[in-house]
Amino acid sequence: MRALLRNRIVRRAAGTAGTLFGVAVFVFVMLRAIPGNQITAGLGTEAAALTPAQQAALERYYGLDQPLVAQFFAWLGNMFTGNFGYSARNQQSVLDLTLRSLPVTAELAVLSIVLALLIGVPLGMLAASRPNAARDALGQVVSLAGLSIPAFLLATTLLSVFAASFGFNPNGQGFATLAEDPLLNLRQMVLPALVLGFGIAAPILRTTRAAVLEVRSEDFVRTARAKGVPERRLQVRHVLGNALVPIVTMTGLQFGYLLGGAVVVEQIFSVPGIGRQVLLGIQQKEYAVVQSTVLVIALAFVLVNLLTDVLYRVIDPRVRAS
Amino acid sequence: MPRGALSAAALAATLSLALASCSSSSGSDSSGPAPGAEGTGGGKPLVVGVTSDPDTLFPWKATQFQAVNVLQNLYGTLTEFDKDLNVVPGLAESWDASEDGKTLTLKLRQGVTFADGSAFDSADVKSSLDKIMDEKTAAVARASLSSVKSVEAPDANTVVLKLSAPDAALPANLATVNMAMLSSDDTEEKLTATPNGTGPFTLGKRVPSQSITLTRNDAYWGAEKAKSPSVEFRVIPDESSIVSAMQSGNVQLAVFNDPLVAQTAEGGGTITVAKTPQLNYHVLQLNARRGELGDVNVRLAVQCAIDRKQVLDTAALGEGEVTGPNTAPAFKSDPDKRPCPTRDLAKAADYLGKAGKSGGVTIKTIVSQGEYATSVNEAQSLKAQLAEAKINLDLEVLESGAFVDRWVAADFDAAVALNGGRPDPDGSYGRYFTSDGNLNKVAGYSSDKLDKLFAEGKATTDQAARKAIYDQVAAELEDNAAWIWLFSGYTYTATTSGVQGFTPMANGSLQSLRATSVS
Repeated sequence: MRALLRNRIVRRAAGTAGTLFGVAVFVFVMLRAIPGNQITAGLGTEAAALTPAQQAALERYYGLDQPLVAQFFAWLGNMFTGNFGYSARNQQSVLDLTLRSLPVTAELAVLSIVLALLIGVPLGMLAASRPNAARDALGQVVSLAGLSIPAFLLATTLLSVFAASFGFNPNGQGFATLAEDPLLNLRQMVLPALVLGFGIAAPILRTTRAAVLEVRSEDFVRTARAKGVPERRLQVRHVLGNALVPIVTMTGLQFGYLLGGAVVVEQIFSVPGIGRQVLLGIQQKEYAVVQSTVLVIALAFVLVNLLTDVLYRVIDPRVRAS
Repeated sequence: MPRGALSAAALAATLSLALASCSSSSGSDSSGPAPGAEGTGGGKPLVVGVTSDPDTLFPWKATQFQAVNVLQNLYGTLTEFDKDLNVVPGLAESWDASEDGKTLTLKLRQGVTFADGSAFDSADVKSSLDKIMDEKTAAVARASLSSVKSVEAPDANTVVLKLSAPDAALPANLATVNMAMLSSDDTEEKLTATPNGTGPFTLGKRVPSQSITLTRNDAYWGAEKAKSPSVEFRVIPDESSIVSAMQSGNVQLAVFNDPLVAQTAEGGGTITVAKTPQLNYHVLQLNARRGELGDVNVRLAVQCAIDRKQVLDTAALGEGEVTGPNTAPAFKSDPDKRPCPTRDLAKAADYLGKAGKSGGVTIKTIVSQGEYATSVNEAQSLKAQLAEAKINLDLEVLESGAFVDRWVAADFDAAVALNGGRPDPDGSYGRYFTSDGNLNKVAGYSSDKLDKLFAEGKATTDQAARKAIYDQVAAELEDNAAWIWLFSGYTYTATTSGVQGFTPMANGSLQSLRATSVS
């Protein structure tokens, strides 16, 4: 049994390593397939005025004179030693940049998920409590709005309305981390988390509604009700408890996507998260920034999936038993 | 929910909040006063909203708008431009050309120091100019010193430039931040981390991708020190979000290029927007070395088939002026003197007939998506107009990186572009339209006559005579339809109430930030 367990862990670790290596190769190749390089990204059309000697000097400076395979393995090898590369634009190591931006995105993701769950789960249960009734229609309207209103539109509208009408725009101030100024930080996170949370609430609402409807038709629910279990306890303990697996799956997936960076929302609200770090890296063709950051995001996604699997075991005894 | 699940969720939330609280947004340097603090000379700090932070802090390689705007407040140049773009003394108090025009002697200002306290002298000027001319430095302004044979520093306050030929454009060329004077002890590596200039501000604090704060340089040589104790360039990536930040009072000044954003800002009533005509010009670049555009008659047909005012109205809400090649106030071209100053389809058909292309021609045209706000709209307007003259503009809309790649390689028949203008027409066009110009491959056109005119322009110091020469340059370019000049737009300086002293300039410079205060 222990050998089997070890085997499964080894298999999972190997799968993770393979996934990350695939991501590394893919990002490396895709970045170089995009026209331009750090020289043209930095100089723009002025790059046309470079003499061959100037061009060669800049290629040496950015390490572009090395063969691609050498560039790839040099970068990957450095990653194993904790050297994620260096951002000439920011004058900082990519590791330092990531250590600053990843927690910001993680905080935004958690707040968004909490808001999404607060909106999606109760409304989903409400909708499922009486299918095709007015409350179900309300749930459908909310989920349709969440799915169909683009984040950029909602974000821009909220920002403009709050700033112009109420003078409320904490995001116009310099960004503060939780450690620096918790109150300002939370005020700066409110609108972006609301925009993201509203969008994510929609699939959670739909998943909750479908899962609850399915569980409600199970025999054990009828039995529990016949045995006189109070309705409130029945809905929360028996119905929602057994409907949690698909809800957790959906939440885990959405959380993973959020860690990948809610680029648009981060741009509009000037939140210095990991999505913006990747975007700026792509714009400036800072290969090391993009490659290393994407790898960190991929790793975070894998870890969230792992956490989701662990949660299955916590919430569903059948998974534990198997 | 089972207690275990709740605990796991709570653990995840706590962990990420703990991670967030551990994160630091400390800048790379915090030697100056904290943002928001008032300096020794009083005044309130100024916050400028920008969409991006500088991509480099090394002035000789800076071409990005945001980088140039920050660096020109940190570094000094031998000459400067005043608000009307006249060349005025900077670190050089005066300069004299020899009678044959082949020697330029500059007298340096005394008592100037760098931000690190070291003295500025002629050794720094010689070192800076020598390094800019060295190809290994890859300085972008190297070509502007092509007439300089050698730099001599006979004493601490004098610099002598020996020229291969007279160069009247040289004083203007010395005024750009790409010609910033650096200490001979400094290196590129050192300066990209810690700028060390002679400008009115010094670097206070930088938080990558978030903000860069400059603090007043109390040792600045100018008669007036900077009015604000600090200027923070705050990065707000979206222009509409900058408008919101101004409405809520968090940002006091911003410069926009998109007329639509400017209109939005003005609409609220709390922000004042001033528009300034720009030296930059919107143009349909034709590559006369490729395909059907090699025939001057085809190019002239394109010229006659375009109503520039209509392009301006449809693509840029009418915000700009139809222009000829020279956009600098002292050399401005008269657009009415070009062939077909108004749209003339009959004449366009004649030209196509002369080229033997009465059936029509197709011109592959590259357009950038996102490089500037009006590019695609301009291209579509041009396409619609030219179609009526049987000229098919085959548009290839490219992501800005791909556009730059193709433009740099001159891999296009035509390109819809927004090109930077300079106060001196030699700086604007000498590099494009002289046969040995470093951008001539991209310009796609040169002639002996243009070579001669540009050489004459450089050798002539009399302003009226130079204006006449560059009028001839403009006529030669438009008579041959080397490119199709369309219009030059405005930049929009938005300020909140209480901001005083800022003077927008036609070259987009923010050098008057030193005179700007917030009450």
